[in-house]
Amino acid sequence: MISLSVNGEARDLEVDPATPLLWVLRDTLGLTGTKYSCGIAVCGSCTVHVDGAPVRACVTPLSAVANKSVTTIEGLSKDSSHPVQRAWMALDVPQCGYCQSGQIMTAVALLAKNPKPTDADIDQAMSGVLCRCGTYSRIRRAIKQAAELKAKGA
Amino acid sequence: MNDLTLPESIDQGRRRFLKVSAVAGGGLLIGFHLPLANRAGAAEAAGKDFAPNAWIRIDANDTVTLRVASSEMGQGVYTSIPMLLAEELECDWSRIKVEMAPADKAYTNPLIGQQLTGGSTAVRAFWTPLRRAGAVGRELLIRAAAQTWKVKEDECRAENGVVAHKTSQRKARYGELAAKAATLPVPSEVFLKEPGEFKLIGKSTARLDTPLKVNGSAVFGTDVKLPGLLTAVVARCPVYGGKPKKFDATKAKNVPGVRQVLSIHSGIAVVADSFWAAKQGREALVVEWDEGTHAKLDSAAIRLQLERALKKKGVNARNEGDAAKALKAAAKRIEAVYEVPYLAHACMEPMNCTAVVKKKDSCELWVPTQNQTGTQFVAAQITGLPPEKIKVNTTFLGGGFGRRSEQDFVAETVQLAMATGAPVKLMWTREDDMHHDYYRPATLNRLSATLDKDGMPLAWRHEIAGGSIFSRVFPSSIKNGIDNTSVEGAANLPYAIPNLQVTWVMENGVVPVGFWRSVGSSQNAYITECFLDEVAAAAGKDPYEYRRALLAKHPRHLGVLELAAQKAGWGTPLPAGRTRGIAVAEAFGSYCAQVAEVSMERGQVRVLRVVCAIDCGMVVNPDTVVAQMESGIVYGLTAALKGEITIKNGRVEQDNFHDYPLLRIDEMPDIEVHIVKSSEHPGGVGEPGTPPIAPAVANAVFAATGKPVRRLPIRV
Repeated sequence: MISLSVNGEARDLEVDPATPLLWVLRDTLGLTGTKYSCGIAVCGSCTVHVDGAPVRACVTPLSAVANKSVTTIEGLSKDSSHPVQRAWMALDVPQCGYCQSGQIMTAVALLAKNPKPTDADIDQAMSGVLCRCGTYSRIRRAIKQAAELKAKGA
Repeated sequence: MNDLTLPESIDQGRRRFLKVSAVAGGGLLIGFHLPLANRAGAAEAAGKDFAPNAWIRIDANDTVTLRVASSEMGQGVYTSIPMLLAEELECDWSRIKVEMAPADKAYTNPLIGQQLTGGSTAVRAFWTPLRRAGAVGRELLIRAAAQTWKVKEDECRAENGVVAHKTSQRKARYGELAAKAATLPVPSEVFLKEPGEFKLIGKSTARLDTPLKVNGSAVFGTDVKLPGLLTAVVARCPVYGGKPKKFDATKAKNVPGVRQVLSIHSGIAVVADSFWAAKQGREALVVEWDEGTHAKLDSAAIRLQLERALKKKGVNARNEGDAAKALKAAAKRIEAVYEVPYLAHACMEPMNCTAVVKKKDSCELWVPTQNQTGTQFVAAQITGLPPEKIKVNTTFLGGGFGRRSEQDFVAETVQLAMATGAPVKLMWTREDDMHHDYYRPATLNRLSATLDKDGMPLAWRHEIAGGSIFSRVFPSSIKNGIDNTSVEGAANLPYAIPNLQVTWVMENGVVPVGFWRSVGSSQNAYITECFLDEVAAAAGKDPYEYRRALLAKHPRHLGVLELAAQKAGWGTPLPAGRTRGIAVAEAFGSYCAQVAEVSMERGQVRVLRVVCAIDCGMVVNPDTVVAQMESGIVYGLTAALKGEITIKNGRVEQDNFHDYPLLRIDEMPDIEVHIVKSSEHPGGVGEPGTPPIAPAVANAVFAATGKPVRRLPIRV
């Protein structure tokens, strides 16, 4: 049995510890906001936070997150009120939307570490999260807007 | 799925009928039915067989539910379609609810003849019908109020979900009027607003799907949950035309969670309690493949096949003047061979589908599909049920780009649901998706041109050889030997050239080809717009001025060309090491020009800025138009800079995003979009941004290096 916290809730799971966290979240816990796209950690759609750091859930075995705290898109806020979510809505960032959980989780982790990222910082943090619809310009603007919202304490 | 063909395009009804009926709870349901041509229209209008499907539902509690029958794959129809309805319905936009429509003939796309989202048609096709459907609702609600108050209809006004009577100041909410309105006969004529009266249309409106897409609650196909749901993955022969010779499922069945291993038409399926168990099971599966006759096929052989095809006499897609004679006569002749590779769609959400089949009873699907009619048809063929018994729930699509108009994943799922008797979700891995796509056709093109004494083109010949999409999906759409999807973007060359010939040789190979965002225009705009730059260069002319001179009779092409050039500062100096390229294309009823600013850094092409001008007629949601131009540009830029599917040993060589890379945020140019104000009928928006980007970038590279870019992806 592996114990961990998911979105603030303690979970004890009887799952093969080699199972990637992504499939534990999606198939065992029903948290489908985290997406599968490449399965080899090159696209970032499955990004979640483990103890606050962005992690590719598709290649992270459950055993690696034992006794740790996992946050998914569903746990970011109860009412989509996180500054990153609000900026994303204000700029209508998503198109198809499939990669956006990974984009948002990566952006949240960036802003937690770096409250005022430059374009170069954004490039570095976000370049591993692929979007086929080409929402990158809006992602960049939304990260800056979220940084302002956070700075204002809004 | 070559053995399953889709129904031919249904002739669209010549007249459209609206019907109204009461729904449970005293609501108003407005159906908008497109009858089949072979059914008597009058009987349909007067008949009792009212389709229980509709666009608008107003409940007594004032909720206005608007249905969307076009698949939302990022292009914004989940918002723009309700805007069309709400504009005339005069409901309270802040209180509407949107739901995806089921598969039903009532929702046939009048431009296509099927319930299909493609060809950038959603707004174009439903522009008038849905505004009319909204207007009928409004008129009936006004009539209900007028009759209740015993006043004249023309003294009443509907606005924001309320009907008001001017002189008496009486007011009634739509919910209060719904029950009465449902009993009234449908007006035969309704008034539609003049564009100047629009309140919603033309105003940037927040997307209704965004809130669902920032908190993980949007349900894509992969996210469907059902009690007792099993997950399946399929082992398919990697070689085209191959099939399993024999397989040993012992080890696969030993994987915890694996329930069954089944043979289906496309391969061997592993069905399990979860995706991970199914995938582990597939890895443990031992399959010996009969690789068939194509096991040695490679890209070089395909190139040779196209070379041979290009030597054949093609069918004329266009023939004006006498190109052959003019090409022989002139002293100066420009010739070039252009080619494009196969391209995968690479939707972020790999193909998937969920189905439940109840024996002889029903079949229900949850599927991210662009083509509900095709889904019904294929599921009906497999189950033996009539198509109307196939219930299709369209989820959000994690990208479509044409890939999700196909039914291969539906066919597999329905077979698995029948074989297991359980709800089954079929999941494709990224590798499955990359290996078993219907690719953008690879084509080989010979272009020839001559100049007159002023340096203007006297003759232009474009010979195309490539695979045909319609020969697989809609064979009867091939008219006079021409598959329009192969020649669009080439045969409609807008330039004034007296001797002009475009020919096509259909050369179908082993690699299956399909609709890929902007289809023929995606490659043909690149080829023609780059060759035009070669012709301009041979004439010693500026490529922008050259185009202007040749587009005098095409004001909409000219309009976007001039707007893009002006906004980009065409002709003004650039910092050292930077060049510009320009291109213009008409596609799907819209006109788009782009100027790309490019730098070459360590042999790498870097696109720094793209200025895009779009004339798509009347605009429904301007911010969506901007987003779709950005999106179309990125999609085309990925193809121009990176995209290539190659074949070796009869199989696709690329597996995943590491060897079929997509454009990243650090490679994203600044994109400026300028929308032309227009009162023309709406054009498409989802695709027209894609065709001009590859030639704009390639022409900028040509300007930098003096060497034309005759093959994609661009390698310098």
